[in-house]
Amino acid sequence: MWAILSIRVENKPGILFKVTHLFRARNFNIDSISVGVMENPEFSKMTITTVGTEKQIAQIVKQLDKMIDTIEVKRLDEKESVYKELVLFRIKSNGESDNTEISKLASTYGAKIHNGQEGSLIAELTSTPDKIKAFEESIKPFGILDSARTGVTAL
Amino acid sequence: MMNDKMEIMNGGKALMKALEKEGVKEVFGLPGGANLPMYDELFKSNIRHILVRHEQSAAHMADGFGRVSRKPGVCFATSGPGATNLLTGIATAQADSAPMVAVTGQVPVNMIGRDAFQESDIIGMSNPSVKYAFQPRAVEEIPEVVKKGFYIAETGRPGPVLLDIPKDVQQNEAKVTFPDEVRMPGYHPWTDVDMVNIERAVDLLLSSEKPIILAGGGTIISSAFAELQSIAEMLMIPVVTTFKGKGAFPENHPLSLGPIGMHGHAEANKIMTEVDCVLAIGTRFSDRSVGTFEEFERNLKIIHMDVDPAEIGKNQTAQVAVVGDVKASLRVMLKLLAKKVLKKSDGNKWLEHVNEVKDYWRENLKLHPGEMSAAKILRKLREVLPKESIVTTEVGQHQMWASLFFDAIHPGTFFSSTGLGTMGWGFPAAIGAKVARPDVAVVDIAGDGSFNMTENSLATSVLEDIPVIVFLINNFSLGMVAQWQRTFYEKRMIGIDLKNCPDYVKLAESYGAQGIRAQSLDELGKAVKAGLNSDVATVIDIPIDPEEDVLPFVAPGTSLKDMILPS
Repeated sequence: MWAILSIRVENKPGILFKVTHLFRARNFNIDSISVGVMENPEFSKMTITTVGTEKQIAQIVKQLDKMIDTIEVKRLDEKESVYKELVLFRIKSNGESDNTEISKLASTYGAKIHNGQEGSLIAELTSTPDKIKAFEESIKPFGILDSARTGVTAL
Repeated sequence: MMNDKMEIMNGGKALMKALEKEGVKEVFGLPGGANLPMYDELFKSNIRHILVRHEQSAAHMADGFGRVSRKPGVCFATSGPGATNLLTGIATAQADSAPMVAVTGQVPVNMIGRDAFQESDIIGMSNPSVKYAFQPRAVEEIPEVVKKGFYIAETGRPGPVLLDIPKDVQQNEAKVTFPDEVRMPGYHPWTDVDMVNIERAVDLLLSSEKPIILAGGGTIISSAFAELQSIAEMLMIPVVTTFKGKGAFPENHPLSLGPIGMHGHAEANKIMTEVDCVLAIGTRFSDRSVGTFEEFERNLKIIHMDVDPAEIGKNQTAQVAVVGDVKASLRVMLKLLAKKVLKKSDGNKWLEHVNEVKDYWRENLKLHPGEMSAAKILRKLREVLPKESIVTTEVGQHQMWASLFFDAIHPGTFFSSTGLGTMGWGFPAAIGAKVARPDVAVVDIAGDGSFNMTENSLATSVLEDIPVIVFLINNFSLGMVAQWQRTFYEKRMIGIDLKNCPDYVKLAESYGAQGIRAQSLDELGKAVKAGLNSDVATVIDIPIDPEEDVLPFVAPGTSLKDMILPS
């Protein structure tokens, strides 16, 4: 089971370390993690996606909640929240015809195309993990030279 | 702007003042380069310093002090190796939810991260083993972190807090104020009494046919002794404990079956496999207590009371969960029960059966035949020792024999390293306990392997005038490891033979303590009495048969019903 956890923490040094350490020490997995300061700079919001059984996820939430640095821990309902991830793919291109086709695919998924280094394009897509996966599959035949993603963030 | 509460002082003095405000009268510690400034202020303060010979012992002493007094014990160590030596003691306190404040020196702020001499990242290293850690970077922060540290250490589920103070922060002067209250938005140690679930718990308990109460360490931490006993007596429900819960309920009480678990009482483990409902109070259902998790909860309805919400559902699935201070919850439960139970029960078929099983095993459990068997020497100790005396143990066979054969009668008088299982814990913890309760006798039930690990605390005991008794059950070996090698590794004995080295009588004498060897029960009784009347620590060396096993035994990874009995 996949779960999105939204964690409001005090914006102090060392807290990311403690949260990730908790996952390691308790034998839980982090699928993705994104962190940023909130509108009130006293707090940061961490969004962690994780995979586990229902029981494990309930334990993760409780253990995170028990941490003194966490203010609020929420498990977000996929259907009732907006969750997105930004991904960049460097795609191999052998010339104009590839460029055109990649651009077409990109517009289907709502991705932006940037000029890459010689012989490549960079596609930028903000979407849900499963749509990103679908886009990835569709551009795979051209050759993905490199990629980077931010991890899911959600509200 | 300087208000009238502000005072100019250095960080070391701010620390001492803040500790004094928390009521600290003693600290256990050992000075070094990075904590000299705080020691200089300790010198000028009214706080007593109790010098140890190894920092691990300082942490265990603070732990023992904390468990007995229920106020955080305080230990001091320098940076680097001083701090890392504390770690085992800190982790021990965390595993057993003991309140502690550990204060370490750190290299100056501008040297942190530069691999300075005696620098260790103790904040990082200790992270999974503390309830919280602070590293104040300015003198002004010290009063607040001390206040927060004590609050965190002693509230909710208690635990160790680390204050890591850089040397320059101890030395620098600043204007400081001492807050009366502190704010921690993410820390909510107390919850309201959960009325709804307590009512559900009462209904479940009353509708069950074969109920039992399982009292864990939380019962002792919360001092819920009277509430527990009242509920047990009102409903005439038998009581078992975890090993950490030993001493939560008088073990000479007719409803007591003693501890369950790996080396639980035979009758307790037998009955535990028959019950249909357990009222579990302040326990985390350790594998050492319940055996395999899946087998334990099969056919069993669990009412789980705990102050820590994260314990609910961690190891066992509860039908009813009551989060909150167990003493407060039990009080409410008692009131509800008093309304529902019209007539005090004087027994029933279930209790009759429980008593039959109990009587059978108390009469028929086969014991080692020798005069100096574990059972006989521990029963002798119980006979001679006043009931309110405090007992600590080390870790190993002697500890499990103490679980089996030494009855804890007075509430909250039995303490052991049950979670981390730290050899060497019992003796320094006994010293800490004696500092907290100088009015009662304190005995460390020890084995030779464990005592050897922190035996240099004899110097502390003698020089600081903190007399305790070491009841040293000496089998010349690492007995529990030997037992496992005999049982599971076809008697391939390796790394267990301690060859009666050192001579513990001479060792005690070399520290200025009293050393007595007891080779008969008569000598043993006299030796314990001599220890009780002594002004210095007494080590009673009790040689026993090195082949004696601890039985019954629930092998690791098996269930309580697979208990191995003496043949």
